[in-house]
Amino acid sequence: MNIPFRPVFMVLLAVSAAGLVLGRAQAGDDEYFPPVTDPATLSECGSCHLAFPPSMLPAASWKRMMADLQDHFGDDASLDADTTAAITRYLVANAGDASGYRGDILRSLPRGAAPLRITELPKWVHEHDEVSEAEWRAKDVGSKANCPACHVDANKGYFEDD
Amino acid sequence: MNRIVPPLLLALTLGLGGHAAVAAPPAALIGGYADAARSADPAFTAFSAARGETLHRTRFAGGKPDTPACTSCHGDDARQAGKTKTGKLIEPMAASVSPARYADPAKVEKWFKRNCTEVLGRECTPLEKGDWLAYMAQQ
Repeated sequence: MNIPFRPVFMVLLAVSAAGLVLGRAQAGDDEYFPPVTDPATLSECGSCHLAFPPSMLPAASWKRMMADLQDHFGDDASLDADTTAAITRYLVANAGDASGYRGDILRSLPRGAAPLRITELPKWVHEHDEVSEAEWRAKDVGSKANCPACHVDANKGYFEDD
Repeated sequence: MNRIVPPLLLALTLGLGGHAAVAAPPAALIGGYADAARSADPAFTAFSAARGETLHRTRFAGGKPDTPACTSCHGDDARQAGKTKTGKLIEPMAASVSPARYADPAKVEKWFKRNCTEVLGRECTPLEKGDWLAYMAQQ
């Protein structure tokens, strides 16, 4: 039997190239956090700050946060009971440890920890150690909660270095 | 029955007064505040856009230090967008620019409660809310 090596080689090459690309997309997982799609979460959380992707915190964090919206980092962000419950359900269902698997950003976090600030995650601190105090204080940054100031596609879930 | 009519009339007058072309906050919303303002003070006659503007621009000492005034986040010009402390854009408050803003009374109440607490350190009175809305309706 006469095997047509050239076409077979081309197919193999294409498959391995695809594998590389896919592998890359997966390696980039720690920079992609699926953005909020729930309309209530998007409008209620997103009217004051970027609606942070739920996978950035464990479920226990979201429960803790949503239980005290009256004092939300010093601001009154309280909502009616139904809206609060619905948003909590969404955040918990999509939390970083929702599937039992802890994403890269949570892996550095002690088990059982329920931080309220994404900026206190060891992984976050490590990823931002090259940002200077002057850069944080810049007029169009202003707050560490202002992700889109540097991560221009943060609204779409992309948090790569810019 | 009799008690409901005057506030409704007043609301209609306020809603349409002088700026028929501008999308004013819904009459029912203003009417509710007018009703409450009259309960608090029988001498109440009408909301004042001028008082609303003063409220909007005054720097208060009772709230959070980084947000002494409405204008701390909403900016000096109600027809322009503002910005939250976390860098999020706030659509203009002027009814002429953001006509849909005041359509949902529950939403308006939610923001009055939050923002008055932050800026004044207390909830706003119905009179203050009505005055402020009158100012925004005029902008």
